[in-house]
Amino acid sequence: MLREMREYRQNIQLNTLESYSNTHRWALTQSMADTQHVAQKIFSHHGYSARLKDGDNHRLISGMKGAGSRLGYILTHLAIVLICIGGLMDGNAILKAREMLGQIAPETRNIAASDVPEISRLGVNNQSFRGSVSIPEGRQTDVLFLNYKDGYLVQELPFSVEVKDFRIEHYDSGQPKSFESDLVIHDKRLGEPLEQTISVNHPLIYDGYSLYQASFSDGGSELELLAWPLVGAAKEAKKIEIKVGDELEMNLYNEPWILETSDFRLFNINPSEDPTKKFKNAGPSVQFKMRNKTGEAKEFLNYMVPVERDGALYYLSGVRGSPAEEFRYLYVPVDDAGRVDRFMKYLHGLADEELLQRVAAEQNFSGSSLPSNEAAQLNKAMVGLVSLFVENGMQAVIAQVEKNVPAEKREEVSKLYVRVLQKILGAVYVDVLAEEGVDVSLGVDEKKAEFFDAATAAIGAIGRYGSPIYFQLSGFVHHQASGLQIAKAPGKNLVYPGCAMLILGVFLMFYAPQQRLWAWLEQTDDGVTLVLAGNTIRNKLDFSKQYQQIQAQFDRVLTS
Amino acid sequence: MNSTREALEYELDQQSFWKGLSAFDWLWAVVVLIGSGYAYASYATLMDGYEKGILLSTGVSLVALGWHWKEIRGLSLAVFVLSIFGISRYVNGLADADVDFFLRFLVSSQSAIMWMSALYVLATLTYFIAFFTRSEFSGKVASAMTWSATTMGLVGLMVRWRESYLIGLDVGHIPVSNLYEVFILFSIITALLYLFYERRYQTRMLGGFVLLVISAAVAFLLWYAFDRDAADIQPLVPALKSYWMKIHVPANFVGYGAFALAAMVATAYLIRVKAEQGDSNSIAMTLPTLDILDDLIYKSIALGFAFFTLATILGALWAAEAWGGYWSWDPKETWALIVWLNYAAWLHMRLTKGWRGKPMAIWAIVGLFVTLFAFLGVNMFLSGLHSYGEL
Repeated sequence: MLREMREYRQNIQLNTLESYSNTHRWALTQSMADTQHVAQKIFSHHGYSARLKDGDNHRLISGMKGAGSRLGYILTHLAIVLICIGGLMDGNAILKAREMLGQIAPETRNIAASDVPEISRLGVNNQSFRGSVSIPEGRQTDVLFLNYKDGYLVQELPFSVEVKDFRIEHYDSGQPKSFESDLVIHDKRLGEPLEQTISVNHPLIYDGYSLYQASFSDGGSELELLAWPLVGAAKEAKKIEIKVGDELEMNLYNEPWILETSDFRLFNINPSEDPTKKFKNAGPSVQFKMRNKTGEAKEFLNYMVPVERDGALYYLSGVRGSPAEEFRYLYVPVDDAGRVDRFMKYLHGLADEELLQRVAAEQNFSGSSLPSNEAAQLNKAMVGLVSLFVENGMQAVIAQVEKNVPAEKREEVSKLYVRVLQKILGAVYVDVLAEEGVDVSLGVDEKKAEFFDAATAAIGAIGRYGSPIYFQLSGFVHHQASGLQIAKAPGKNLVYPGCAMLILGVFLMFYAPQQRLWAWLEQTDDGVTLVLAGNTIRNKLDFSKQYQQIQAQFDRVLTS
Repeated sequence: MNSTREALEYELDQQSFWKGLSAFDWLWAVVVLIGSGYAYASYATLMDGYEKGILLSTGVSLVALGWHWKEIRGLSLAVFVLSIFGISRYVNGLADADVDFFLRFLVSSQSAIMWMSALYVLATLTYFIAFFTRSEFSGKVASAMTWSATTMGLVGLMVRWRESYLIGLDVGHIPVSNLYEVFILFSIITALLYLFYERRYQTRMLGGFVLLVISAAVAFLLWYAFDRDAADIQPLVPALKSYWMKIHVPANFVGYGAFALAAMVATAYLIRVKAEQGDSNSIAMTLPTLDILDDLIYKSIALGFAFFTLATILGALWAAEAWGGYWSWDPKETWALIVWLNYAAWLHMRLTKGWRGKPMAIWAIVGLFVTLFAFLGVNMFLSGLHSYGEL
């Protein structure tokens, strides 16, 4: 084919030329030499290189241009072969082969890298891989993990990588602007450690290994949580210290529970309701699971800083049954001191039998008409109503009515129950306020009334909360981990030149089409006969136009 | 010296490329030179070697483009004047867009893009009017509208580029970073490719067909802007903060635009085939001949394929820098490969097997749907690393 590329096709016959659609015959009076000169000049003017050949009774000038087209064809196809070979080298075909030969097997257990057995480890002589590793700030690693089938393989490195610092920078609007890690490469072959900062789109290439900023996660932040019991009349929160990623076994109300912390976030950038700002930062949050004795777990997302809703502040606690669900939020109202204490005192007050009895007696639901034992029974029923509400919300109260009261009286009884409940709850709330030192002699102000409504609504939802404890995030020491991707891809030494060849080849193939011209000269008695012909394989329409111009040029020069 | 040789010298001298250039051609070169020189003098200290190279080659390309395609000069000048005007109206920051008359109704990016949208849709209608009434005049009006729409689209992008810097110096970026912006780019590139061939083949009868796909893009653009607030300028996510974006995305859209053009010309081809089988007085007989249409489909696909190859390779190089591997079988990559193989097969069949006619036209139309899935469908239905501009 290369020969054909350079081939001028000097053995072409006259009848072949005249069979082309682009051809013309002149009977000229000029000399052979002049005609030949004209043909050669015009050919070269249009970029055709030409060859001259004398036949028995003719002279043939064969012109050709656009040999690039053929070259392009060769480059393109060679490039694809190169890219495929390079790609194969960098793919996991070799790993698959080694797995089939039984030399390696993926590890599926969640164990420390150093405990992974030899069969799941790849040595430093492995030439091609792409894996990732998460390194907490201040720590270093000399292995990384390759996802393989449903497990992973441990790849050893001939050096170790330390993450000195990981940073996230933000735009004014709060969205992340850059992720950066300060890396230190410790290598025995180096005189001193190599320090380099990498960021997304700016990897470090070291010793044939490329180190990329790929992700980030929590690197075991130290958390301080206040555990507020949501059940019973306990008064105080218990302080817990735990690291992200750790578990804590607890015995709550005689049942085993496990607290599993999974993530801590320093920032939570959410869309803003404020039209002048697009985003707002909802502050730090902790994500964890509470697993009960049956092994079922609900997932929680608790924010450290209160958020505003309709002018009031709330601590948000999201809860969901599975990662596929959206979080549903419990809104815990914030008291005047910016704490959850008043809410918790109110909640615990509702579980305080003694207090409830006293409040019920004070309310004097029965009036003074009932004998004291019947009044006591009525009060007991009313207190039972409160526990029902605290445990399972307003629905439970309504269900109770539907179960025990004939249909025609339900509406009336429901209204009565709600009124009674409101009164007891209100009285307990006022009691909590009084204990706090608030002057309630003239009633409560609007803000405190709103607090009451919000707190009561939240308590009505606690039955579905899924944890007997509310964990308030009260302090933290943030530790981040930088997720690095480390790759070695020797195949790119073939792939990249292949890519260059492919681009060059494709453009040559389309934009340097091979075109041929011939001028056939025969001596006659009174001058020469000239036959001009042209042919191409591609872009015939364009070529015809160009041929017409060339033919017109011959015409102007030779016949005017 | 005999007369033949003199005639030859005269002829070749007349035909010399440089002799063929008019005073306007030289004026154009001087204007571009002054513009590039001014940009260099003002900003050279801020540019690195690559950027200086880009400025130089942009200047040279613009001169060459203006010499070979005269209308580009008018377009460039109009875009230049309107963009500078638009940018200069921003005095006190972005809020001026709601206050200043010219910004509000003409040259803020939102307004310019609305003008672009309206003009493309009107041009589509006018091209069809020209087609059905065989009206030369309507055709000219439609061309003028398409040129105007393209101008406004480019002005919109230019001003938007500046607006992004008005939000914040660290927010500023070239407007090819999300689905909204690339739809504008797609419309402009498809229109320009069409306008080039319109002049080349001296036919306006194809206009309506090609502009149909642009109108569809505009409809999507408007829905996306109004329904999803997509017109807001967002800062770039870290993965997109790269020089590669500036060349990867536009190269891709030359490809997409050319494939769209090929499909629409193929539609016209099928209509003409139908007309030739039936009534020879049919309106469809005013379409260019099958040879020309066939050639146009081939040229569009060849151009698209060349740029799509370039874009995919640029994407691979970028991926190697950003994601740690030049190929990750990300859905977008996989679909780009499918699109590439599809058109590679089309070109093979045409060039080596000599396939022509109806099947190839149908294949070119099917190709657009494959491309469309790679362009939009992947973002809508599959997740992956290319998940910017979700619907």
